[in-house]
Amino acid sequence: MPAPIRLRELIRTIRTARTQAEEREMIQKECAAIRSSFREEDNTYRCRNVAKLLYMHMLGYPAHFGQLECLKLIASQKFTDKRIGYLGAMLLLDERQDVHLLMTNCIKNDLNHSTQYVQGLALCTLGCMGSSEMCRDLAGEVEKLLKTSNSYLRKKAALCAVHVIRKVPELMEMFLPATKNLLSEKNHGVLHTSVVLLTEMCERSPDMLAHFRKNEKLVPQLVRILKNLIMSGYSPEHDVSGISDPFLQVRILRLLRILGKSDDDSSEAMNDILAQVATNTETSKNVGNAILYETVLTIMDIKSESGLRVLAINILGRFLLNNDKNIRYVALTSLLKTVQTDHNAVQRHRSTIVDCLKDLDVSIKRRAMELSFALVNGNNIRGMMKELLYFLDSCDPEFKADCASGVFLAAEKYAPSKRWHIDTIMRVLTTAGSYVRDDSVPNLIQLITNSVEMHAYTVQRLYKALLDDISQQPLVQVASWCIGEYGDLLVSGQCEEEEPIQVTEDEVLDVLEGLLVSNLSTPVTRGYSLTAIMKLSTRFSSVNRIKKVVSIYGSSIDVELQQRAVEYNALFKKYDHMRPALLERMPIMEKSASNGPTEIVQTNGETEPSVVEPKHLPPVTQPVNQANDLLDLLGGNDVVPVIQNTMPTKPASAGGELLDLLGDLSLSAIPPMTAYNKNGLKIDFTFERANPNPNIAVITIHASNSTEADMTDFVFQAAVPKTFQLQLLSPSSNVVPALNQGTVTQVIRVLNPQKQQLRMRIKLTYTLKGSPVQDLAEVNNFPPQSWQ
Amino acid sequence: MPTGRVCFRVALGSSFRQRGNTVLLFKMQFMLLFSRQGKLRLQKWYVPLSDKEKKKITRELVQTVLARKPKMCSFLEWRDLKVVYKRYASLYFCCAIEDQDNELITLEIIHRYVELLDKYFGSVCELDIIFNFEKAYFILDEFLLGGEAQETSKKNVLKAIEQADLLQEPRHEYFNVPMY
Repeated sequence: MPAPIRLRELIRTIRTARTQAEEREMIQKECAAIRSSFREEDNTYRCRNVAKLLYMHMLGYPAHFGQLECLKLIASQKFTDKRIGYLGAMLLLDERQDVHLLMTNCIKNDLNHSTQYVQGLALCTLGCMGSSEMCRDLAGEVEKLLKTSNSYLRKKAALCAVHVIRKVPELMEMFLPATKNLLSEKNHGVLHTSVVLLTEMCERSPDMLAHFRKNEKLVPQLVRILKNLIMSGYSPEHDVSGISDPFLQVRILRLLRILGKSDDDSSEAMNDILAQVATNTETSKNVGNAILYETVLTIMDIKSESGLRVLAINILGRFLLNNDKNIRYVALTSLLKTVQTDHNAVQRHRSTIVDCLKDLDVSIKRRAMELSFALVNGNNIRGMMKELLYFLDSCDPEFKADCASGVFLAAEKYAPSKRWHIDTIMRVLTTAGSYVRDDSVPNLIQLITNSVEMHAYTVQRLYKALLDDISQQPLVQVASWCIGEYGDLLVSGQCEEEEPIQVTEDEVLDVLEGLLVSNLSTPVTRGYSLTAIMKLSTRFSSVNRIKKVVSIYGSSIDVELQQRAVEYNALFKKYDHMRPALLERMPIMEKSASNGPTEIVQTNGETEPSVVEPKHLPPVTQPVNQANDLLDLLGGNDVVPVIQNTMPTKPASAGGELLDLLGDLSLSAIPPMTAYNKNGLKIDFTFERANPNPNIAVITIHASNSTEADMTDFVFQAAVPKTFQLQLLSPSSNVVPALNQGTVTQVIRVLNPQKQQLRMRIKLTYTLKGSPVQDLAEVNNFPPQSWQ
Repeated sequence: MPTGRVCFRVALGSSFRQRGNTVLLFKMQFMLLFSRQGKLRLQKWYVPLSDKEKKKITRELVQTVLARKPKMCSFLEWRDLKVVYKRYASLYFCCAIEDQDNELITLEIIHRYVELLDKYFGSVCELDIIFNFEKAYFILDEFLLGGEAQETSKKNVLKAIEQADLLQEPRHEYFNVPMY
């Protein structure tokens, strides 16, 4: 059997492969050879074969069949075997495989080997990939080696202990005695790893932290070591660009940070050395800056005095001006962490930070953006926003959403004027309109609604924006909504803030209809524009055109659109008298912090309901279509004093209360009553309580007809006093069959928040045997349970 | 599943554990060396992951780093780790560190490793690392242990390697003939 091909030979051969397939073939051939060699339990060449396997593994090929071979190598007496065996174990095995536990015994033996390099291999492997079980088994050995005087082993044992503690935190205690004089070592390797070990212990356990602070007086020791490093002359062994052992310095600074955090005494004890490091460290190379960076992080985290903190921020400020973009990046990251606590100090570097928005590097730009937003305040809002909007224009798409949200938030908090606020929003919508978050649309709508004096200006600007571009959905949605609300201001050319544009009703409707048909519009947007068109029916005169549009969409395949159109159609036909009230201008919305949906409070210049004026009851022939007919019914001299004495409440309009009206019905035992009984027409009321709102009474009327002929065109109307709110749902039919053959039912919901005695005035109209009949009546006999 | 610290949150799909009130976030999770064509030359993992996960991470990270333009800084945020990378000739040296770690000193760690390789091989180039990958690992394992530097003196690391090399059972009377 010829000797297996050497490792380098194999590497050379594989590299000559010109295609992936060729390489695969070579690898498979070699793997087969290696497998048979393993089967033969060949000790001489096992090392060579495993080494080759590791190479092939790095290329991405499976090598699991070599796992056990690694263990055999580790168990061998030859150093060469052990070296490759341990390497193989670290590459091919991990704690997920049960096989790895077989290593434990070998490692234990090797930890006690006579050759320190073998011990080193074992410590390295354990410290790199030891599982918790292995760590538990071998912790004692590691602890022993931590106390040895051999610095080569001691430093490795320290890091191995770190790993053990990470895997099995409960074992931390056992390493405590061994840490006693770790810091009195001269060997830098041991010092460095000891500091790492102490850091790990202090971070993990507050008790350890307290112990090291108080009992071991760690801070003075660390300060002393650090001082020596800085003050001592050139040491060739540890020098990096003129700085003595920067790795050790950084680790000491980090440990000081942990010790000084939330502890006045420790912080004070390290104050001087921190100032010294901060001022004396050479900053021309990366290594010096690495130390300064760690120093800054420490200063900011401990209870340092203000002078030191300012020093730290200034270091960061200088970093920002450094040519090295790595340094700039690190500065921005740190400033972001400190901007909350040291806001004023960071503000001083604002212009530099803003300049970083123009950096080429994505990470730097992102940090600069976040920091810029953190620095925005009432004083600098105009300037900052200019820069940020410019950034929004030109930045990568990945930033736009965050930037847009940031702009909205900042504008909301610090807007110097309403006009500026609207302009800023417009700018964001037009430049990054497709990236704004979904919740921005309702927020913006609310904002616009509440800026009453800006309505004309806003709708004009939005309209112009729509003429330019209808692809950005959030912009289109906000614009549609505004046009629907304020279209009348648009066509009447009332804008004060800028030159009013001349636009006709037809042109506006053209634009809105255009949105409906455009491929760019999403279903949501279409919904917005249909509703907007509908709203304009009470603001524009071209009602017929609107009616036509609405009826067309009654057969739209989009279910949402269809439903809207059908309902709006119904508004035109049967409920035309309600249309103006339903579609009137939205009141100012206040964002309430309390539960659930926005509470809508009418504060928009509506006059307080004063004493109700006497009104004549309308004559019988008055057309049903008159607006607010019903509400007038209750005006009059016979208004019960109860109404007049009530507090002028603001009747809630469409909104919060209505949402409650849609709550579940629940049965409660309220007795039914007869509300009306005249001329053969009888109307009974049955009651239910609406859950969850007990202030709402749900009344179902049952109209029956005992005459010989049907009552056709039957319409039931009701009015309630001003302290109540009424909602009439559609009737089951408008023919009341003769001779009690059936009933017409209709549901009334009455909101009675003040729990006043329920009263109602009803109006009935129908046609009987060809003649129209109309009657009015008052219903006063409501059972107490229906309103209490 | 072993208890103890869950290190690589992303790959393991679990959130990192907190010890008391502090969160331990100083650790190098892995180091990768790869060529400009994306070929892996060395991979050192300090967190337990399956082969499949390692391959996935390697593939994605290599792609991300290779896509970086020369003018960009050496740090990038990747998943919830910080990646520090630097190109030396045709090789990319890439370290993944945790959130609180110091990126600038990691650059120095990378540089120190390159210096060690350079001293050992005498003007190191990618081919040296390809043909002597096991030595690259040995050197790394004398410099770092569990992701932390165990020796800050260049001289001491190289001395240890030299001594260990001498322990290798010679096949030929000349030292520099390959052992395997």
